[in-house]
Amino acid sequence: MPGKSPWKVAAASAVIALLAAGCSGTDSDDTEVVPNSISIGIAEPSSLIPSNSIESSGSQVLASLFYPLVRFDPTNKPYLVAAQSITHDKTNRVWTVRLKPGFTFSNGEPVVADNYLDAWNYGAYGPNGQLASYFFSRIDGFADLQSKDPDDDGPEKAPEPRAKKLRGLKKINNLTFTVTLSEAFAGWQSVMGYDAFYPLPKAAFSGDGVLNKEFAEAPIGNGPFKMKGTWQHDEKITVEKVADFKGTIPKVNGITWKIYQELSAQYADLNAGNLDIETKIPIENLASASGDLGDRLGRTDSSAFSFVGFPMYLDKYKDPNIRRALSMAINRDEMTDQVFLGSEKPATSFVSPAIEGARSNSCGQWCEYNPTRAKQLYTAANGPKDIKIAYNVDGGHKAWIDAMCNQIKVSLAINCTGSGLPKLGDVVSRARAGEDIGLIRLGWTMDYPLMESYLGPLYTSDGSSNYYGYKNSTFDSLVRQGSAATSTKQAEQLWNEAENQLVRDMPVIPLRFGQNVFGWSERVTDVTMDLFQKVDIYTVDIAS
Amino acid sequence: MFRFIVRRLLQMVVTFFGATFVVYALMFAYVDDPYQALAGDRPLTDTQRAALDARFHLDDGFFQQYWHYVTGLLTGDLGETTTGRSIGDLLAEAWPVTIRLALLAIVIAAIIAVGAGVLSGIRRGGVFDTVTLVLTLLVLAMPIVVLAPLAQLVFGIQLGWFPPTAGRDAGLYELLLPAVVLGSLVIATELRVTRTSVAENLRADYVRTARAKGLAPKRVIGVHVLRNSLIPVVTLIGVDIGVLMSGAIVTEGVFNIPGVGFNLFRGIRAEDGPLVVGFVSVLVIVFLVINLVVDLLYAALDPRIRYE
Repeated sequence: MPGKSPWKVAAASAVIALLAAGCSGTDSDDTEVVPNSISIGIAEPSSLIPSNSIESSGSQVLASLFYPLVRFDPTNKPYLVAAQSITHDKTNRVWTVRLKPGFTFSNGEPVVADNYLDAWNYGAYGPNGQLASYFFSRIDGFADLQSKDPDDDGPEKAPEPRAKKLRGLKKINNLTFTVTLSEAFAGWQSVMGYDAFYPLPKAAFSGDGVLNKEFAEAPIGNGPFKMKGTWQHDEKITVEKVADFKGTIPKVNGITWKIYQELSAQYADLNAGNLDIETKIPIENLASASGDLGDRLGRTDSSAFSFVGFPMYLDKYKDPNIRRALSMAINRDEMTDQVFLGSEKPATSFVSPAIEGARSNSCGQWCEYNPTRAKQLYTAANGPKDIKIAYNVDGGHKAWIDAMCNQIKVSLAINCTGSGLPKLGDVVSRARAGEDIGLIRLGWTMDYPLMESYLGPLYTSDGSSNYYGYKNSTFDSLVRQGSAATSTKQAEQLWNEAENQLVRDMPVIPLRFGQNVFGWSERVTDVTMDLFQKVDIYTVDIAS
Repeated sequence: MFRFIVRRLLQMVVTFFGATFVVYALMFAYVDDPYQALAGDRPLTDTQRAALDARFHLDDGFFQQYWHYVTGLLTGDLGETTTGRSIGDLLAEAWPVTIRLALLAIVIAAIIAVGAGVLSGIRRGGVFDTVTLVLTLLVLAMPIVVLAPLAQLVFGIQLGWFPPTAGRDAGLYELLLPAVVLGSLVIATELRVTRTSVAENLRADYVRTARAKGLAPKRVIGVHVLRNSLIPVVTLIGVDIGVLMSGAIVTEGVFNIPGVGFNLFRGIRAEDGPLVVGFVSVLVIVFLVINLVVDLLYAALDPRIRYE
């Protein structure tokens, strides 16, 4: 009967829809959760292989699965964790690492020196394309593991690198190995606290230097927690306590890393009590957060640093007074209060003051808001009447760039416009080509808590992130001397001197230091976050 | 009927390749540096770039890349995302939850729209009609980027009637709120089309004839009016699948449902060309199939089309 068929179709499709929607259970979550465990919101990690993880979500999860050689105390000094001792020779070039005995991976394998050497060699080997490979670049022989495309741009394949293993890594015995650096570096112990330096078990490799494909889905670590099941992409990663773990034992029995695409969805779950910790309160919720969360809202320093670089390769910004005047024309407090609602702090130094040895106000008068003085300086130095600030539009920078331009306009009575480029890559490549793109918006987070992690990459002549072309041999040599210094005190002194040179030259305008603004549910207590934007999984506890 | 279906299927093949080619070309033009998108504010070294290029063929020319893609597609290999996940697996994980969400949204929307639309159409000018018209106007004016977070805030957090987010294994209850939000995108238009169409048909000659024959009003409306009135509505529901998919990009993000929209958005943000093209290819297939189904439903509703 054709007359009835549309109704049949409609009814059938309704039944299918309801069946499809109802077929999966809703209570499966509760049965899987480890008792006394907490949930922390993250974004989908890009990788759970330590040497390939450079963003905070992956880093968070890895911190629960692995146990590092060193961790950092509240003043960001390194202290030994998985290492029994870390010593170095007089020149700071050869470092000897002795491991604590008795540690095992969560699959039962004992942790030995080879686990470190294998993992580091894998991370450093160029063709593996590991995103954190640059961490190994100080180790002797790193260059031999890299290869370059001979004609720079396909189709010819890059040749195989000259070596497969780092020359600077040597096993002494089962629990001892040495690291030889290509250049003396006093801060090497801190560097080894980074994720890329975690060991990998034998089970991770299917052959010499070849990683198992399944390992990335369920990494086996030497840490206080182990994976429960595998990584459930876009949904969650569940970890549970390792029985009789030899190191520091966390207070909670397990952590569910809940994966979110949007921070605001996390915030909704946090408020509804479905999530225990959100590590970053979205800026649009900041205004209501103190009302919603009360004293369950925390703020700590993070290592993030926002600044604007001057195109030092252009003549029009050659006079340091022009650069100083622009810096003084900016009201940093107003910007952090109004645009960032207090989620960032005004920056008045070139290195985050949260770092051991760094000072909070090294920039002095040049970073103080003083429009009258700024205008005098600027007019006397005959600065350009029209300036641009280049930024990448995909990063949400427009609001504060516009605000900053307005401040400059008002203070100096010149014209200022934000010039948006699609991607950071466009900004960087045009700056590298020496084009006049105006001032350059840049950001930085440290790799390890040392002043050098800011001074080296950002400001030295060959620094990896020095796109604006600042070159000063005095500064370079001070940074280098600091790195080679035999004591941390001496190193910090030299680095402070180097920073003084920056104050004299003002190659960049320091703007803001980041903050972790995080919230937690009533279920948990003792939530703290470190400079690396990670929750301390050892102190966090369930509220009694 | 059989020849009709075969002809439509052949057209589908051509449309599929045409559409994916266009999408691929657009994505190729858009993506310039997905590795940098992966690495954030830090520049990549040449070695890393070379290693990734070798893996994803990104330094090849357009036609070479398209060839890689099509051969992969025909052998069932959709490739990897720039973070190294198999796109085939991603699709298999993402589709079920989106289909559940979309079906639920369609059912909710269709039931409300057809029900209220018919009532409005019959009692044109009455209180019920006026109220629904005003309400649909409100819903039409509200973009989903406002509606979704608002619904989450009011019903998820403040009233606590529904969980504020859903997740992959969400059941009927968790999906209800997102589905209502998603469905509201199409409810208003569907309702209005039903109403107009019913109102028109009530005045048609054959309805007058049916009434004159002395048929019960129930039968007049149920069989004679509704059957003809549903033709434009069914077309609309078919086309609405597209609206629902684009709405899902927002809704799935807000309610944290790792479905198709969620992945598409991520792919676009991370400049992950293969991921976007993979998902869009399947979307194209869905569109084609739905269009076919709509045409077949037409045939069921209107015998004149059947024997064409």
